[in-house]
Amino acid sequence: MFLLLPFDSLVVNLLGISLTVLFTLLLVFIIVPAIFGVSFGIRRIYMKTLLKIFRWATLRIERGAKEKNHPLYKPYVNGIIAKEPTSLEEEIKEIRRSGSSKALDTPEFELSDIFYFCRKGIETIMDDEVTKRFSAEELESWNLLSRTNYNFQYISLRLTVLWGLGVLIRYCFLLPLRIALAFTGISLLVVGTTVVGYLPNGRWKEFLSKHVHLMCYRICVRALTAIITYHDQENRPQNGGICVANHTSPIDVIILASDGYYAMVGQIHGGLMGVIQRAVVKACPHVWFERSEVKDRHLVAKRLTEHVQDKSKLPILIFPEGTCINNTSVMMFKKGSFEIGATVYPVAIKYDPQFGDAFWNSSKYGMVTYLLRMMTSWAIVCSVWYLPPMTRQPEEDAVQFANRVKSAIARQGGLVDLLWDGGLKREKVKDTFKEEQQKLYSKTIVGNHEDRSRS
Amino acid sequence: RHAAATPHSLAGALEQGKPQTPLPDGSSRTGLKRLESQTQPLGKYDLQGIGELAVNPLGDRIINAFFKEGEDLTDFRSFIRVLAHFRPVEEGKSNETGRPEPMNSRLRKLQFAFQLYDQDSDGKISRDEMLQVLRLMVGIQVTDEQLVCIAERTIQEADQDGDGAISFEEFSVEKLNVEQRMSLRLLK
Repeated sequence: MFLLLPFDSLVVNLLGISLTVLFTLLLVFIIVPAIFGVSFGIRRIYMKTLLKIFRWATLRIERGAKEKNHPLYKPYVNGIIAKEPTSLEEEIKEIRRSGSSKALDTPEFELSDIFYFCRKGIETIMDDEVTKRFSAEELESWNLLSRTNYNFQYISLRLTVLWGLGVLIRYCFLLPLRIALAFTGISLLVVGTTVVGYLPNGRWKEFLSKHVHLMCYRICVRALTAIITYHDQENRPQNGGICVANHTSPIDVIILASDGYYAMVGQIHGGLMGVIQRAVVKACPHVWFERSEVKDRHLVAKRLTEHVQDKSKLPILIFPEGTCINNTSVMMFKKGSFEIGATVYPVAIKYDPQFGDAFWNSSKYGMVTYLLRMMTSWAIVCSVWYLPPMTRQPEEDAVQFANRVKSAIARQGGLVDLLWDGGLKREKVKDTFKEEQQKLYSKTIVGNHEDRSRS
Repeated sequence: RHAAATPHSLAGALEQGKPQTPLPDGSSRTGLKRLESQTQPLGKYDLQGIGELAVNPLGDRIINAFFKEGEDLTDFRSFIRVLAHFRPVEEGKSNETGRPEPMNSRLRKLQFAFQLYDQDSDGKISRDEMLQVLRLMVGIQVTDEQLVCIAERTIQEADQDGDGAISFEEFSVEKLNVEQRMSLRLLK
């Protein structure tokens, strides 16, 4: 037994050392390319492999479900209700015909006329254009995360084993790796920018600052295993401009900042966020506001305008929606950033939900929970489109300009452009449609002007 | 409403109808429960944002039918209960005594429609309430005198007990084809 003890601890030691060495090698292997901005393409191979596995898993579920006769959920792209293509007049006639025995042609009001409007209204609640878009986001394949499959049931042993393996890999291998990477990235950012801050202002400082920023954001991108495809990089924002993008999650910042050098805008937070903010502003002029200053719109606008007018300063990064939206639509843009009068560079960000849902539902999850969820997903795959720059035309005001930019972003990203709350033009359209319906209906109860004189 | 109460789940829930009935397939009830736990409260604002509903002359009243008096939020269960009114009536099912009235029965459908008229919930449609609904449905197309004329004539014809208002019994008389007019058939 005495012989076993030293042998035991030797094995354990060796195991520990080799694991640490492997881990560190892995880290270095990931971080070094980040420093130089090159990519081995490993993440893309990873993505392709995952897709193959997902496809297999989906087929397995479908086969299993057919055998057991389970109702599977499938996206109802054509709507779920059998809509009858009758117009208002025909329908009212039907109601009258089946109701009383009076002559059909006399204009008449029936209490049961409201059945038509009632049914139509409930129909739109159950199945309207907007909802159809959301249902298109339901995954046709299962990505081995139980959080996305509402119908997760025991289908087959192989599938469950695969899922279990997935959990193991994600939580025990990927998660520690990612946390280590994130830690490295953030500490490098804080330390690097503080050091650069001590340099005298000049070309060297700018150069180093830019590269420290980019390098650390790239490490963070790898910490999330984010696979990003950039389109139209020639339209990247220039100095003196404002970069505007749709907002799905706090990760948006990392995604954009790893491909370009921006000045951030925001409120100073406490905690880790605050430490990062204070360090980063030493190296280059970001625009941070105290909590009290944020309420003062004039002050905010003034500082932003000053920043934008200085051509040596970096483009500002702003998310005008103000809150995270679930990446199927673009909500109303707040007009503040569009009043400043600088060139606006719109950017559309669209996440692929197959690998992990990046939407941050801030009422449901706190920041830490959210980040943990992100780090235990398979990957975050997204596309970024840099749209051509836009400027405010003389005949439009800030709101119209904001809506124009919003439409461009929505169109590019394939997102629904929800204008129902905000666009002035849409208000008028709503009223005209309503009026038409009312006109049609009033004909059925009152008839044309000639009939009126008879009664 | 958006991320959670998606059409397929509504379709499923509607097929099951009321929550108190025991479901033959146990797993679907779990699905329903899971869905319920994942949904957030629905607000009036969410429904008001539906474009096609906003152009419906009775849009606002229909939205109010989903919410309790004075409240702005409703939960998934209550939302489904209201939608359950519009489930098609199953063929050949006799009304067994002792079971609670199903949500999609003829009676319930008529009650839903009646409630759109009777805003103060006193069980009668007064002349003013009738005028309000008429005004909503015709907008500016018809004059006040004509509307008053129509309203009074309708009340006269329907009123049996002579109280100048239409009670629910008077409303329910002879409304043929309620089952068809107030039902939504789901595509398979």
